[in-house]
Amino acid sequence: MTVFDIFKSFELNVRAGKDRLHEEVTGGYASDLLSDVIAHSRKGNIWITIQTHPNIVAVATMKELAGIILTGGREPDADTIKKAEEEGMPILISPLLTFELVGKLYKIGISGMSPC
Amino acid sequence: MLRTFRADLHIHSCLSPCGDEEMKPFAIVTQALAMGLDMIAICDHNSAENIAVFISAGHKRGLAVIPGMEVTSKEEIHLLTLFERQEDCLALQDLIYQNLPGENLEGVFGRQTVVNERGETIGINPKMLIGATLLSLEQIVSVVGSLQGITIASHIDRQAFSLLGQLGLIPEGISLDGLEVSIRTSKGEAQKRFHDYQRFSFVRFSDAHRLEDIGKNITHFLLEKTSSDEVKMALHHQEGRRVVEQ
Repeated sequence: MTVFDIFKSFELNVRAGKDRLHEEVTGGYASDLLSDVIAHSRKGNIWITIQTHPNIVAVATMKELAGIILTGGREPDADTIKKAEEEGMPILISPLLTFELVGKLYKIGISGMSPC
Repeated sequence: MLRTFRADLHIHSCLSPCGDEEMKPFAIVTQALAMGLDMIAICDHNSAENIAVFISAGHKRGLAVIPGMEVTSKEEIHLLTLFERQEDCLALQDLIYQNLPGENLEGVFGRQTVVNERGETIGINPKMLIGATLLSLEQIVSVVGSLQGITIASHIDRQAFSLLGQLGLIPEGISLDGLEVSIRTSKGEAQKRFHDYQRFSFVRFSDAHRLEDIGKNITHFLLEKTSSDEVKMALHHQEGRRVVEQ
């Protein structure tokens, strides 16, 4: 499954990295503490968060994540979009709250445990 | 003439919901003097309504009290802010109050007592001071800078409500004046753990919420006199002012 498949399944809005949606998704990680994401997310994860600060792009790039989904209709900061475009990191937004979105992602086969 | 001053610039009063009711002017000043401090700062969560009485109580007994506030950013980062002038601290408070949603639940978070110099209750702050403001880290740093204040990232060694806990790393180009390490992390440990951030000045303060914690974690500054402007110069190694390693 790719970021594009997730984008299509849930009619998410793309805020950055439109041309980078082909990345393969290895699993999911949901957390708003960036130090926790650094410690526990894995390469290729789709990351669900409510943090909108530019550092989400730095963390996602460092951890080679497949993309970021902001929940609850939160919009990324302007600097966050700019940085995500520079780094080619997809940012999508969903009106659903984290719990709902994660449940739906799990249902279509995205697990919290990545295979690697 | 420069000399060393002992400073604990992160102390909560009874105005902070989590601060002990005994954190009142006479008691705090007495404890600070007993611990041999030259300078303290009262930094309540998102409010500075008690600073004037503490400054006055300290002044009468030879203890410098710096006006300050511990502001919570929208990313839930605690930021210690310090000012030379009370007016500037209160100007920040005005902005905070416009951007701080919610009402305090006293039974859950604790009482937020505004006191006079004698320690008598003169009001209860109804706002949810423990909550996060709607202001970003960058907005707060920029406003404090424009008010000639100091911004120090609080207890960066803690997971909860710290710059590194919430944001994982220090954003590039941010003009913080310093980083605070709590009593939980030794100096040696902090040097190793935060090696990448050596470009910032490190300080240690108590973050006291109870009288017995005042002065337990302090920073020695080489300054001409006790003031926020002098501390700012020390944090940026200007004109001989500096943090003195112990």
